[in-house]
This record gives sequence, structure tokens and C-alpha cells, in this order.
Amino acid sequence: MPTVAVHTHVFARLARAVAQANGMPTMRQAFVPQPVVGRSAAELRAYIDGADPVNDRSFVESVIGGLTRPLGDKDRAVSYARTTARLLDADTEDDLQRQFQENRWTDYAPIVLPTEDRVAAMLAGTSRKPDEVVGRLAPTRYREFWEFTVEKVAVNAVMAGASPHYMPVILAMAASGVSGRSSSTTSQATVALVNGPIRDEIGMHYGIGAMGPYSHANVTIGRAFGLASQNLQGGSVPQETYMGSQGNFLNYNAMFAENEQASPWEPFHVQHGFKPEDSTVSLFLGGWYTVFGGGPRETWEAKFTRSLQACDPYTGPIIALDPLVARGFVDRGFDTKQKLVDWCVEHARLPAREYWDNQWIQTLHHPKALAGIEPYASRLKAAPDELIRIFAPEDIHVVVVGGETGAMWKMVGGGPRLNIVHIDAWR
Amino acid sequence: MSSAIRVHDPRGYPPEIVGKQLAPRLEDLDGKTLYLVDCLFDNSEVFIEQLRQWFGEHFPRTDIRLDRPKESWVDDPELRARVEAGADAAILGVGL
Repeated sequence: MPTVAVHTHVFARLARAVAQANGMPTMRQAFVPQPVVGRSAAELRAYIDGADPVNDRSFVESVIGGLTRPLGDKDRAVSYARTTARLLDADTEDDLQRQFQENRWTDYAPIVLPTEDRVAAMLAGTSRKPDEVVGRLAPTRYREFWEFTVEKVAVNAVMAGASPHYMPVILAMAASGVSGRSSSTTSQATVALVNGPIRDEIGMHYGIGAMGPYSHANVTIGRAFGLASQNLQGGSVPQETYMGSQGNFLNYNAMFAENEQASPWEPFHVQHGFKPEDSTVSLFLGGWYTVFGGGPRETWEAKFTRSLQACDPYTGPIIALDPLVARGFVDRGFDTKQKLVDWCVEHARLPAREYWDNQWIQTLHHPKALAGIEPYASRLKAAPDELIRIFAPEDIHVVVVGGETGAMWKMVGGGPRLNIVHIDAWR
Repeated sequence: MSSAIRVHDPRGYPPEIVGKQLAPRLEDLDGKTLYLVDCLFDNSEVFIEQLRQWFGEHFPRTDIRLDRPKESWVDDPELRARVEAGADAAILGVGL
């Protein structure tokens, strides 16, 4: 049946690209100004009575014309195959560097050009065949998914300056289905945590400065994941394949390993059913916020409670504790990570009014509450000033990282989406 | 002068474009049933209600129905079935 889709104007290029990818490049679309969020009924009525800022006519002409104007030759359905080359035309190094940058195949830092020799050397880091399909990625799950092979991952690993020894980790991350270049308007980042023996085998860092630029493995694996994500998924270009309003520093790199040796608790991957001798990479779609503190000291409960309240209620935190902090919690009776998670779940509370006023809670959880889905339905029944729990145990992750130079901790947005991938399968 | 070298293309493989034929348009909206589908973005229900009122004022002979999916950002086959069964045309909106 005839349909018209209504979008806000800042999404015009994206909306056109999605229509094209779905085989309907002339799909009828009408546009109103951005934003709709926060606008009154009168202001939104003015949008309807006003101009379509994209189609150069009134909004109602876009809508009524979209439903009633007859189709033409341009509306004929056309199917066609697309592909990308294996090798680019020969050129000088300077021109190729320029070409990669102009095509937005880089993160704007210099790259190592992926020559045939370098890519062949990178492929020696895995037993998998170069033409084996690794997976599919997209900027969001609503966009088209692009497919890629082991060789294509190796190309991006070369560009990032990675070592062939890192290939199993990079392949596992690429195979996760989680992009390191999510297009969410919220400017997500993908935070990655490595566990198991491979940390030491390839020189990953989990001690002093583990979350900073102090390890070739941490830095280049994280960068390789970012470059691979943007290039293998079909781009990360503002207004087309990237819509993060503010962007995120963690898109450059958010890769670290757990300090299993100094942790008083079981490693993260063991908590999730893997054996200690397994090597895994866990991917968290989040990275919006960081809250910082020290301790635990006498008033830690008040500090932790305030910090949990400061976290975005849609996305629980990864609580990254220096080993000194972790042992401090053991001294206070938290002899498992789960006990600390349970304490956080109990104390992370907000007034119901504030919880439901959150844009993403309103967009994503409110319909579930109306549909009777728990725990959202019960949260919706709460009085406006009632303090309600905002996280479930699975929303909060505790990991141990750091070099014991200070009893410090961070809460980093961890997101509701967690994928744990077995690295050993990609050796 | 630098010599020319060959390097790999770093991009993945895009899927085939499968063309889909748009449905024929209506001659007019008089006597037709038009569904306004609220996509559940924050405040979109206010926009959709304003659109319903606009159609009530300008197309009084068009039967306007409001509908919405069960959850945000999730395909709702039951919604699609309702629209297919009951509508002559549909407007979907509005995001962000």
C-alpha cells in the first residue's frame, strides 16, 4: 500500500541511503525540522503546517503527494549486485595515503598501507583461510549488513599497525557482530575486555596504565577493531553511516585486559561459564560516561550510591576496580564479584519521576512497561517520588584492572549488550 | 619520484540491492482509511496526534486510525497485519 515515512531533517541523507539499500530509492519520505523531542503540541503542529526542509515544498505537500502522486519511470524496481575490489590500482604511497583518507577509510591518524606482502604476513597469525567469511557488520542493526573475510580483517589489522600475533583477538572481535563504530545518535563506543592466557602470550597490558596508551597490543588491537568496523560494515561517515551527535573519545580505543593475577575474585570470563584456560574477548556497547573514585574508604557507600545514581539509567556500568580496591572490598565482606553487584543493584535507585523522564527509558522501556513486561511494568506503577531500582544484576559488570599504584576505580557505561567471544577458535 | 605499489581495498562486501516495487498511489484520500503509525520515539505520539487533528480538519472524509508497535525498534508482525488488513495507505513517524 502507499506509505510515507516521516523523518527529521538531519536524518535525510541516512533515510535516503537506507531506502536505496532496501531497493526503494524513490520511497516517499517527508521531513520535519529536528528536534521532535521536547517540542510542545503547538510547536509540532507548526512543523506540520510549515515547510519540508529537505524536499523544498510544504510538509503536507510531501505527505499528500507521497500518497497520491502517480508513480513514474524512476520508481521502477531495479536489482543489482555490488562488490568491492580485492586490490586497488597501483599508485604512490603518498597518493594512496591521501586516497585512504579522502575515502574515509582511516581514523585520520596515519595508517600502514596494506601491501600484499604485509597482508600475507598478517594472515600468518591465524590458521583460518584468507577467503573464509568471518561475519557481517552494520553501523546499527537497522542498516544493511556487509560481509567480510579473514583477509579483509587482516588488511585492516595491517592498517592499524597490529602484529600478526594479535590476529586471533582481532578476528574474534570482528566475528562478534558488534561494531566498534556504532551509528547511534547517543555516540556509543564499544568497550572490549580480554581474559585468559592470550593476554600474556601477546603482551597485553593489565597493570599500570592498562586503559591508556602503554601497550602495543592494547593500542593496535583496539585501533584495528575500529578501522575494521568502519570499513567492513560499509563506512562510518557523518550523516550517512554515523549519526553520533557528539562522538566519543573511546571510539579511538577502549581495549583492555583484566588483571586476573592480582584479582581476589574469579576472572570475568569464568563468571560467564568459560574455563580459566580459555581466552575470550567481551564486548560492551556503551562507553557514554565515566565516574571516578578512590577507596573503599569510610564513606564508600555514600560515594558508590551517588556514583550509581549518576550513571545513565538505561545502561548499567562496567565497574573497573584496581586490585587494591578489589581487595578492600574483600576486607569488607564482598568475597565475590556478585556480592558487590548485588549491593549495587540494591542501592542504585532513582525517583520514578526522574527514571521515566530519561529519553531512552521513555523511548525503549516505556512501551515495554505498557505491554506489561517486567520489571518495567512495576517501575511504571511506582509513585513519582518512590525510589525505584534502575538496574538488574546482569546490567552491572565488575572487572579488576590496574597496577596498584593507587586505590582507584571507574564506572564506565557498559550498556545492555554484552557479547563474549572465544578467541581460541580464531588462532 | 616514488614508485607505484599495489595495496588491498579495506572494505567489506555489500549485499546485493534487491529492488522492490512501490505500491501504486491512491487517486485521492476521500473515503479511504489512513493509518498513522507512531514509531514510539520520545514525543512522537504528540506529533502523530497533531497529524491526526490536521487530517481531521482537512480530510474529514478520510478515516484516520492510530496504531503503534508493541515495542520500540522491533518488528511487530501483528501491527503490520493490522495495517495490511485495514489500511488503504499509511504514514509512519517520526524519529528523533
